[in-house]
Amino acid sequence: MEEIIISTLQRTMVAGTPLLLATTGEIICERSGILNLGVEGVMALGAVTAFIVTMTTGSPWLGVLSALAAGMVISIIHAFTSVTLQANQVVSGLALTMLGLGLAGMVGKPYVGKPLTIKMDDITIPVLSDIPYIGKVLFSQSPFFFMAIGLALVSWFFLQRTRLGIQIRSTGENPKATETQGVNVFLIRYMSVIIGGGFSALAGAHLSISYSKSWIEGMTAGRGWIAIALTIFALWNPGRAIWAAFLFGGIFVAQYLMQPLGISPNFLAMLPYIATLLILVLISLKDPRKLNAPAMLAAPYKRGER
Amino acid sequence: MEGISKSFHGIHANKDINLSVESGEILGLLGENGAGKTTLMNILYGLYQPEAGQIKINGRPIRITNPMESILHGIGMVHQHFMLIQNHSVIENIALGYKDTPFFFPKIKIREKVASFSRQFNFTIDLNRKIWQLSAGEQQRVEIIKSLLNGADLLILDEPTSVLTPREIEELIHILRQMKADGHCVIFISHKLDEIMNICDRVVVLQKGSIVGSADTNQTDKKTLARMMVGRDVVFNISREKIDRGPKILSADQVHVAGDMGLPAVKGVSFDLYENEIFGIAGVAGNGQRELAEAVTGIRKIDSGKITINGKDITNLSPRHIYDHGVSHVPEERIRFGIAPGLFLYDNAILKQHHLKKFSRRYFLKYDQVKHHTRGIVDDFRVHTHSIDNQIKNLSGGNIQKLILGREISEQPQLLVASHPTYGLDVGATEFLRHHLLNLRKQGSTVLLFSEDLEEIFELCDRIAIIFAGEFMGIFDSDDERLCEIGLMMAGSNRM
Repeated sequence: MEEIIISTLQRTMVAGTPLLLATTGEIICERSGILNLGVEGVMALGAVTAFIVTMTTGSPWLGVLSALAAGMVISIIHAFTSVTLQANQVVSGLALTMLGLGLAGMVGKPYVGKPLTIKMDDITIPVLSDIPYIGKVLFSQSPFFFMAIGLALVSWFFLQRTRLGIQIRSTGENPKATETQGVNVFLIRYMSVIIGGGFSALAGAHLSISYSKSWIEGMTAGRGWIAIALTIFALWNPGRAIWAAFLFGGIFVAQYLMQPLGISPNFLAMLPYIATLLILVLISLKDPRKLNAPAMLAAPYKRGER
Repeated sequence: MEGISKSFHGIHANKDINLSVESGEILGLLGENGAGKTTLMNILYGLYQPEAGQIKINGRPIRITNPMESILHGIGMVHQHFMLIQNHSVIENIALGYKDTPFFFPKIKIREKVASFSRQFNFTIDLNRKIWQLSAGEQQRVEIIKSLLNGADLLILDEPTSVLTPREIEELIHILRQMKADGHCVIFISHKLDEIMNICDRVVVLQKGSIVGSADTNQTDKKTLARMMVGRDVVFNISREKIDRGPKILSADQVHVAGDMGLPAVKGVSFDLYENEIFGIAGVAGNGQRELAEAVTGIRKIDSGKITINGKDITNLSPRHIYDHGVSHVPEERIRFGIAPGLFLYDNAILKQHHLKKFSRRYFLKYDQVKHHTRGIVDDFRVHTHSIDNQIKNLSGGNIQKLILGREISEQPQLLVASHPTYGLDVGATEFLRHHLLNLRKQGSTVLLFSEDLEEIFELCDRIAIIFAGEFMGIFDSDDERLCEIGLMMAGSNRM
């Protein structure tokens, strides 16, 4: 029994890791007022890039870095259409998802089903990992796990406790007012979208070189969409995203656990979305001003317009 | 500023403007709505780029391409619609605009500086409060602190008094005098003659994007300035001819209405309205006027009580059905509730009438008639626009208000509910609108007028009710002597 609990929790952490990475990225992006629905596509592109680079160079860290770069580069498209062209962000984001998925499928074709022999060693923190139960769950994990939590904490710190953070959040609330304070709104938004894309690609890298150690088309399996839902669930706060992501990770794992009990996996796969819908209902009952939703999310901003 | 020009959608907003201001001076910038005052100042502040002309500071020509540069040149601006992040705290807003905000822990590090700075000007604001929790006057002070903290030598104030209570205006004037004594210069944008005469040393008058005159305020008077601003003589006192009132139109009986928070906002109000009269409801904003206006027009549900028109019960009917009973409405926040900003002028001109036979066949609108109707309103109500094929958001507030009024009274309503119809309008437009309200009265309609402007109330109304905390303090004929106590009644301390 003890074994089962520990391994379930461990798998929960593993399943929550890509969700946390992508959610943190999306939070930064949405805080600047840009809705990026391209997470799923960027994640797939990150996965395939990390896989190919790791396989050909033999260095997983090089794979991670190139995935990060690929995610940032492809996100420039979304930044360009939604910030510079002020196009509809929903359409642009969906296009990015299509593009990312298609590109990843095409580039990754020769690599489908090939196993990755290069392993990324788990990081085991001495002393702490000896704590019964918690030690194995929290302190003996893949580097991605620590990266995800670290990035979420750093993001929280940046958004809440630095000047840049105030500028990003203000841009999402009221770009015009922010610009009159001498802040370059375009730069802030480009930066946020690109960072967000990089984080999504990291989530993809985790999937292909750490989680499943292989590449297959469609391996992101809707995690990008869950990250977008999680962004709302976490009320645009990276700190809250940490427990939210692992809660959703737990729901993922529960699919496998509860299947033998006769509960339809399809139903469990729905759970993250049902939870998000419930949160949306609860949110709408509260005073909207007490929430953290960026007021100008997804609204294009034109300079010099009255 | 020399030879500044700027146009929007082919219309000149500014044309060849020369303007200068010296230190220790308060310069008034006077002009009607849409005269180009705000555009000119936005150019100076770097929000818009001029198409021609240049800006000089201390004799040196400079180029200002964005607000950061103007801040560094010592220019600060308090916009008419405050440039504050509503969901953020005061300290976060100040940290956003302050040029020396440290990168890490900005809120903690600048707190002491901001606090000591506000004490200098006797501002007491809790820095942790969110902006939306502050009154308009407090928000304005946050804006002023932001500008002064950045070392602004020149402070631009765009219509600073339009949102303030009389007491807050006093305090603002005090602050401006203090700044002037310290050697700052101030550009004060307004269309209110009294304020300009009271506050400014010198005044420049803009009309349709060009400067039409300037004067020292101690060498001119209101009449001269008004003529410069409008381009013709303005009648300050409209004479209201005496008309006997006709039969009863609307009757409200013990109306109770809840406010946004669910608390009672209107508590048992009763009144009757008759043909050929203007019934004014005076009171300080937020005493239930908005809720009452919305209840009469059907936008807000009535908790208890009864409203009838010509004897027919219209209590809690839909706004459209009430409209069909001859009730028109000029709402308070006209940009939010009166128009669809992205639609064309002619769409907005029939927002309420689109279902009428003359504008629509079974499924399609008759655009020819619609456009003809719109041109009629634009001509009759002197709406300044270069075309009716123009999105209405490109018009100035005054012109939008004229179009709304035109739409609402073109159908000859029996009852017009008008909330603050001249709020924010210049003298020319105000005079024009008041004239139209009196015309409506003459033609046999009745007007239910909500206003904070006592001058307007006394000028137009046959009967006046004073509302305080959702109750009428009394209903008076306009020549009733007891109305000299109106101030006390508006403050709730006297009931007749």
